[in-house]
Amino acid sequence: MMPSTIETYFNKIERTRVWRSIFRSGTGNSTLRNALAIQQNVFLHLFPTKIRKRMLDLGATWYLGTLTLGTFIVLVVTGILLMLYYHPSVPQAYTDVKDLRFVVSSGLFLRNLHRWSAHTMVFLAFAHLFRVFYRGAYRAPREFNWVVGVLLLLITLLLSYTGYLLPWDQLAFWAITVGTNISSAIPFIGAKIRFLLLGGNLVNANALLRFYVLHCAILPISAVLFLAVHMWRVRKDGGLYVRASEPSAGSTHQHASEELKKQ
Amino acid sequence: MNSPKDFTASVGADMRVTQKRVLFVTRRTSPQVKSFDEERVQAFPEALIRALLAIECLFIVLVFLSLFFNAPLEGIANPTNTPNPAKAPWYFLGLQEMLHYFPPVVAGIIIPGLLVTALFVIPYFDINVEAEGFFLRNYQRRLTLSMGISGALSLFLWFFDVYVALVPTLIIAGLMLLAALSSTDSPNRLRRYLASRPISWWIMTWFLFELIVLTTVGTFFRGPGWSWVWPWRS
Repeated sequence: MMPSTIETYFNKIERTRVWRSIFRSGTGNSTLRNALAIQQNVFLHLFPTKIRKRMLDLGATWYLGTLTLGTFIVLVVTGILLMLYYHPSVPQAYTDVKDLRFVVSSGLFLRNLHRWSAHTMVFLAFAHLFRVFYRGAYRAPREFNWVVGVLLLLITLLLSYTGYLLPWDQLAFWAITVGTNISSAIPFIGAKIRFLLLGGNLVNANALLRFYVLHCAILPISAVLFLAVHMWRVRKDGGLYVRASEPSAGSTHQHASEELKKQ
Repeated sequence: MNSPKDFTASVGADMRVTQKRVLFVTRRTSPQVKSFDEERVQAFPEALIRALLAIECLFIVLVFLSLFFNAPLEGIANPTNTPNPAKAPWYFLGLQEMLHYFPPVVAGIIIPGLLVTALFVIPYFDINVEAEGFFLRNYQRRLTLSMGISGALSLFLWFFDVYVALVPTLIIAGLMLLAALSSTDSPNRLRRYLASRPISWWIMTWFLFELIVLTTVGTFFRGPGWSWVWPWRS
């Protein structure tokens, strides 16, 4: 079969000096080249070069972790675009969101996509957690990755919660008022923590700025860092968990004890 | 290895060229090697393309969602006008439901604190790694223990009128009782399944059930003054 025109062009690009200086995996479609494509790339390096085929089955994972990552990527992209139209100040924040809805081209769609992706990410993170639990995939040697995962769930919740205040409408204001009032119930230091969160005694312009900084800088950066650890640990802990292929700790112990009994 | 002279071990001078694995087999045992000759594929492109496709499908769903449903936007924040009810985002409504019954220290600090701690330490509990059915061992003691704890919990919830959390607790307790009365080779599929569930499964399933019920009630069944409303009647 004759290679298509696009393929020929792509092959040509692959052989250029510039391309080869960026991607050192070489050309062609060999096993070595595919392995190098992962190994020689700082981002893909988080993943193993070879994986068990059954890990790719839909039933093994339902792709919940992948999909959670997918929503996160959508959120980062739409979030950065939204930042171009948004001032974290009172009452400008509200009018900016109104403008996004009625003035900015595709602004409504952009905000919708950000909002629904956020809800979906929270839902998928929970689903991922329960799925991993029911598969028993949290057990050794993956204990620490479970801990990182729980941390990522908390970061996800905080990301969603801090974003909730930013439109500065009634919904936002009272949801955050209800939420931050809870923190004042912490014995002794509750009021102090609430003051630290809000930058004042009430949900006001200071609180909006703090939530904005948390939502757009501190929390996303922490999320990216822990995501990197999370995915890298999947590789380091022996790949995704596939039930039947795991050498189960229980059965080998049992075998050893049976052997002891025979003696 | 009763006598140290049972074997000798050494490595050849070419060890660094050809690596060898040395295995000592003690008397009256046999080496058992578990080998997994599983089919493996290259992560690139096989896995990455699939992941990309999965994300692409999700993205299409999200785009359609965003085209047809608008994100809510109410009037500008007004500290003097409290909406009734003032609700937190949906994923916190389970906690807000608890806040309705218990003081903020309990519902807002102690319960979520315990939950998060419990989630963090799950993998460090090494009890019952084989995940065998809870009632398959120490039957009498475990039956008394599980029924005692769920009974005490139910009484506690009943005492504070937390019927929303009481109903799931009673259902799970009932299922546990069914599991205790079933064997792993029962002709009934559900009973077989329940009988083989370990204790971790029971606790997590109770938690998941409560989470779903409380969040649903908080989202759809609560109106002004956190009173009970039927969503189809508004």
